[in-house]
Amino acid sequence: MSHADSSPTGVIHNIGYRGYDGERLARRAITLSLYTHSLRGAFGLGRAARSKVVPIGMFVVLLLPAVVLAVVAVVGAGMGQITGPVVPYTRYAMIMQAALAIFVAVAAPQAVSLDLRFHSLPLYLARPLERVDYVRAKLAATTTAVLILLAVPLVVLYLGSLAAGFDAGRESVDLAQALLGAVLFSAVLASLSVLIASFTARRGFGIAAIVTVLALSYSIVSSLQGVVAFDADDPDTAGWIGLFSPMTLVDGVQVWAFGVSSSTPAGPPSDLAGLVFLVVALGVVALAYWALTRRYRKVKV
Amino acid sequence: MPVISTERLTKRYPGVTALESLSIDVGDGVTGLVGANGAGKSTLIKILLGLTGATSGEARVLGHDIEANGLALRSRVGYMPEHDCLPGDVSATELVVHLARMSGLPTSAARERAADTLRHVGLYEERYRPIGGYSTGMKQRVKLAQALVHDPDVVFLDEPTNGLDPAGRDEMLALVRRIHTDFGISVLVTSHLLGELERICDNVVIIDGGTLLRSSSVADFTRSSAQLALEVVAEPAAALAALRSAGLEVTQDGALLLVELRGDETYDLVRDVVADRGLGLVRLEPRRHHIAEVFDEEATHVAR
Repeated sequence: MSHADSSPTGVIHNIGYRGYDGERLARRAITLSLYTHSLRGAFGLGRAARSKVVPIGMFVVLLLPAVVLAVVAVVGAGMGQITGPVVPYTRYAMIMQAALAIFVAVAAPQAVSLDLRFHSLPLYLARPLERVDYVRAKLAATTTAVLILLAVPLVVLYLGSLAAGFDAGRESVDLAQALLGAVLFSAVLASLSVLIASFTARRGFGIAAIVTVLALSYSIVSSLQGVVAFDADDPDTAGWIGLFSPMTLVDGVQVWAFGVSSSTPAGPPSDLAGLVFLVVALGVVALAYWALTRRYRKVKV
Repeated sequence: MPVISTERLTKRYPGVTALESLSIDVGDGVTGLVGANGAGKSTLIKILLGLTGATSGEARVLGHDIEANGLALRSRVGYMPEHDCLPGDVSATELVVHLARMSGLPTSAARERAADTLRHVGLYEERYRPIGGYSTGMKQRVKLAQALVHDPDVVFLDEPTNGLDPAGRDEMLALVRRIHTDFGISVLVTSHLLGELERICDNVVIIDGGTLLRSSSVADFTRSSAQLALEVVAEPAAALAALRSAGLEVTQDGALLLVELRGDETYDLVRDVVADRGLGLVRLEPRRHHIAEVFDEEATHVAR
């Protein structure tokens, strides 16, 4: 060891190298580790302070109305004015979709664009995990992040309902339905957003592209639905139009599956239509996953 | 068992052949992979890691087949890419801990190893600052640390001295040497500069245009030289004449005189001539060939 002590650099001190003979985790555990790391990253944890602003801000924006509504429920029930939640759980995502879109538009590029921009992929791919593991971890992390963002306010609403003394059984069923809907919302939004983000190394482009896709498709679809349903008096066609934007697509599934009130001018017109909505929603997720694996099989490192 | 062995490894890109039927064996120790830019050094490393597929041929690293056993192979190999690959907004500690976990280390071990490894590569307080503000030398150290953090059996270092000033270059080379001597990890290090590799390598593999030019130990390369380098105060021309009249074979190389070494008696003879004629001895040392000279000869030979 005296060799390094006498090395001419004078900067590097040898304090004795120790090898590592401990446990080495396998691919699955590593993928899980990448998942938790990416999930933290979606909320800006472990990144610079400015990376926390939007995720935490949107979390608050989504949470505050739920808190207010919970208080309203408690107070209103106390005064004997209301006997159920002011806003159905299943409609919360649709009402708050702008904040949801902004969050996922920031989270998805955070998950994948940064590694492209900094050319960090070789560091991952030279380690004992496969390309598909990377895709799965990033996709699952973004989905979970959106789900957390959506599920926490729903639980707050639910607790408000319980505190207000609404029928606990009915509220629990409604919450479970809304949470199932939230899983589908998260999966659809996250997979589309991650796919879009994976094509650009520039975070700004990714954010702009995702917001545009989500917001534009929703405004076009919902205004078309309004025109067709009310002006042309054709609610069936209006219902079908809901297929063409991610938010109305998942809302349609909720309307059909749970018989809840639609947030759009028209829901799926029939059971067949509802089934089609579900298949399309799952298809979007599967297709985005497939496209992502293809994208990362070919990505240059 | 060789650390790396390739068998007729070929990589073709549309219009370009990066590697042409390359068969090499690399043992443990520090092995230099030398070649001009575009010779196929980085391509070879990427194929060995499974980052890119080979067109044909086979290769094994640490006994693992690169196709069939990529995961096992990559858990025991460290890789320092040539180009910038570090995120700017995280600290070196956070990055290296994360990448240690990506190599399969449990969280507590990852933290411990990351702190140790960063210290070994010479990063101290600055490791808590975001990498975006680091100098090139510090970034190279972080890249090296992430390649070593999981205590691999072999590391592939792709142009580790790229972009460093002469002092930083020397420090990095000393560090690379220590990876083998002190850490006990085999090293495959690429460079387009032969001179810097012959100082730290045990073996050198020279490739050119994707084919093997020569593979042998540095000692083999440099042993062939049997000359004494002599520097004197007097005019070289006068000294040259004096030495030749004493029956020595001497050539002049600038201010240096190169004396053919026939045995230990040559030293005595040179010493006596210098003393008798009052030439004023400045320096007398055995001269070693540089690999570059051999390389130049062989390269021109191949070109013909």
